[in-house]
Amino acid sequence: MAQGTVTEPGLGTGRDATARAPKPRKYDRREAVAGYLFITPWIIGFLIFTLGTMVYSFFISFSDFNLATNRMRPAGLDNYRALIEDPRVMSSLGNTLFYAVLAVPFEICFALFLAMLLNRVTRGAGLFRTLYYLPKMTPMVATSAIFLILLNGNTGAINTGLRLIGISGPQWLVDPAWVKPSIVLMTLWTVSGTMVIFLAALKNVPRDLYEVASLDGAGPVRKFFTITLPMISGAMFFNIIILTIAAFQVFDQAYLLFWRDQNNVAPEASLFYAVYLFQQAFRNFDFGFASAMAWLLFIILIILSSIQVKLGNRFVYYEGDR
Amino acid sequence: MATIGPSTAPPTQAALATAVDPAVEEGARKMTASPEPSKWTVGRILITLLLVGFAALFLYPLVWLVASSLKPASQVFDNRLIPKTWVWDNYAEVWDQLPLLSWMFNSIAIALIAAAAVAISSSIVAFGFAYFRFPGRNVLFGLVLATLMLPASVTMVPTYLIWKQTGFLGSWVPLFGMNLFGSAFYIFLQRQFYLGLPRELFEAARMDGSSYWQLFTRIAMPLSIPSFIIVFLFEFQAAWNNFQGALIYLNGESVEDFTAPLGIAYAMTKYSPTAGGEGDYQYVMVASLLVTLPMLLLFSFGQRYFIEGVATQGRKG
Repeated sequence: MAQGTVTEPGLGTGRDATARAPKPRKYDRREAVAGYLFITPWIIGFLIFTLGTMVYSFFISFSDFNLATNRMRPAGLDNYRALIEDPRVMSSLGNTLFYAVLAVPFEICFALFLAMLLNRVTRGAGLFRTLYYLPKMTPMVATSAIFLILLNGNTGAINTGLRLIGISGPQWLVDPAWVKPSIVLMTLWTVSGTMVIFLAALKNVPRDLYEVASLDGAGPVRKFFTITLPMISGAMFFNIIILTIAAFQVFDQAYLLFWRDQNNVAPEASLFYAVYLFQQAFRNFDFGFASAMAWLLFIILIILSSIQVKLGNRFVYYEGDR
Repeated sequence: MATIGPSTAPPTQAALATAVDPAVEEGARKMTASPEPSKWTVGRILITLLLVGFAALFLYPLVWLVASSLKPASQVFDNRLIPKTWVWDNYAEVWDQLPLLSWMFNSIAIALIAAAAVAISSSIVAFGFAYFRFPGRNVLFGLVLATLMLPASVTMVPTYLIWKQTGFLGSWVPLFGMNLFGSAFYIFLQRQFYLGLPRELFEAARMDGSSYWQLFTRIAMPLSIPSFIIVFLFEFQAAWNNFQGALIYLNGESVEDFTAPLGIAYAMTKYSPTAGGEGDYQYVMVASLLVTLPMLLLFSFGQRYFIEGVATQGRKG
């Protein structure tokens, strides 16, 4: 789907014939000026809030920044050196990585499973889809307020439910080993966005493929791996990239459940990278250090995404070249 | 979309490939089509049971929330889905306990401004990219998409400094200011929509003497109401839920100036029994429910737009 997803910019069919002429195109001067005027809001925003802030952030990361006087003093690599020497940077990075490795596969499998279930029913699919989507509409702060109690190790509904089937549940929010699974559980509750993307992809798999496979004697497992999975690999690839990026930036849940109350001692296992970055920036106002952390995250995400794109190009099936 | 013919991929294709999937888009339309009914078999019963079971799991926390909001402080954590003692007074008391009314007002106002600002500005920019031909257009549009990959934490600190230097700290401006300049994903979405409009429509209006601006306000805007609604609803939800922004920009203000999410976080600490709070957690539950309700309402009216919007792209967060 890398090829052919993109429509040639330009409205309608009228220009297709001329648009792809190899010779340099002549532009209507008035039209070009008007075009630039239309995109001016974005250009201004880009120059200030994207390019401007990136350059600014880059310089701050090499500076000792004093918020009170708004002064930047060149500090060379000091912030980056401090970054490496700070054990909490590494542990928060480790926590985040661990969370991402745990969360993304669970989310993908669960969302795909739900989508396949919904795809199988003829009646009531719309109703179930609506019900499954409600958690996604619940503000994260309400979700956290609910799960803070549901996940309570002693009185919480989740452990109470587990006790009914003879399992003694863990101290979800206290035991360092169960902190990340707790957040994964919360994330799974709001998995319906991913599910809807899978569902849309599943609806698009041609039915005759399954019929032909059935004639050839393929069972459901075989059909899943040889038809379904390849046919939805585009959506799969998209979901994995988006969920990975989101997992690396997880903040709201962790902050609300563990770091909201500054008088409370939170387990170190709940210190995620974005939380520590936020604390450095807006609790300690160490802008230099926080900016260095941000750039480290950015570089990690670029490397990860490009690995995923490389792998994606190998595994994603593109239906013809539409 | 019929007017968009097959075409070669411009330089932005790699970026775009991750942003939209035509199969997904087409599937989104098909989702409403009902397949042929079939008879009940063991497999179908099993699937239905699973679906009902998952529906119960998904709904449980919400039902639990409603129940807890109606309990006295001593029973909030008893996990009964039907309260032993019904305390409707919680809903009267909460307004005295917490400045919930002003939090709701702040949140609604900010979300309305943020959603309107980004929907209008993104439409204008998107029309610029869709209709007009000018040098560097594809490169610039590639840049638009590239900004989707930039993690928010890179720009967080400098953005804060910009608002500090311009004297907007403590106001609502930092919570919607960037929306005045369009937002990459929404520009992309709106542009896709405009590309589906036949160009002849605009050429004819040009012949009749319409200005470029009139092409936008009289033709493009009225025709793009559906995608405009998608953008508006998405951003309204995002702004309504925006916790980190409020935490950065409003946490130092007086409690009445908080938005609803920041206010509930404050109430969680204030009333949480585990943190030595006052233990009246039922008020947190009432407030959480009241903050969730507008979103559920929004969804009941705009479900079609939400599902379609998600299906066509899979929003980043």
